[in-house]
Amino acid sequence: MIIDHPLLGPRDSAEFTYLGDASLIHRPDWEAKDAISQFAEYGYQRDNPAGTHRELWFHEQGDRSWLVVTRSTTTHEITQVELARDVARREGRST
Amino acid sequence: MSDMMPITALGGRSPRVDTHGGVTLTENTNTALASYAARLGSEEKACTVLAEAIGRDLAGPGQVVFGTFDAFWMGPDQWMIAAPHDTHELLAFELSQAAGLSASVTEQNDAWCRFDLTGNRLASVFELLCPVPLRDWTGGEATRTSIDHLGCFVICKDVETVTVLGPRSSAGSLHHALLTAMKAAL
Repeated sequence: MIIDHPLLGPRDSAEFTYLGDASLIHRPDWEAKDAISQFAEYGYQRDNPAGTHRELWFHEQGDRSWLVVTRSTTTHEITQVELARDVARREGRST
Repeated sequence: MSDMMPITALGGRSPRVDTHGGVTLTENTNTALASYAARLGSEEKACTVLAEAIGRDLAGPGQVVFGTFDAFWMGPDQWMIAAPHDTHELLAFELSQAAGLSASVTEQNDAWCRFDLTGNRLASVFELLCPVPLRDWTGGEATRTSIDHLGCFVICKDVETVTVLGPRSSAGSLHHALLTAMKAAL
């Protein structure tokens, strides 16, 4: 499988490690009143779609950037690759 | 007085040189290294300072520039700077002084071992070692990849001159991998 890195171009997926669902970018506020239930949800609950899935990949044997990869779990076709920091900022995580 | 002797990354008294099939593999001990990472919010100043220090525009993703210092891209707003150790032993200190609070500079001199390969069939060697498209490279490319499970930088000066930077504590393993690939490919 080849991942088309937004900065470095096509790279072998062997250079990457997989973390999981891209929703992990949205870490709950630990000071929230219902932080325990939010973290239980964050830590354990995942959708398991047969189809398009947004997921976090780490370019461990490359430039060590985090990527958000949109991949079909049934065909492994990759339709979009973005830097996770761009996604996080766009979704209001850090500015 | 301690009677200490300097040794190379491979443990020798002088840099090791191996030649096989027209390719020469040389251990390079005369390289000072410093990593340079712009701090959040001061990227512009950090980049200006570094560009002045190396006397060239900074390298973009996957690129290296050769100037007063050599500088290759490691990640967004991060570069590794290399210079001859004989004349720039305090490279990190000098860059840090210039950058002030705009960048984080870390000395990397003893973290890496460096091997220089020269010859005219390097692509055949590297296609056994790592997924780097050396046949498409013409000079000026640099990237981090995995060679025998070791995170290494592969830096291309021209099609017949390639440098590998690898973890110094695994210098022997990396040298073995490079030499084995040379013997297999050439």
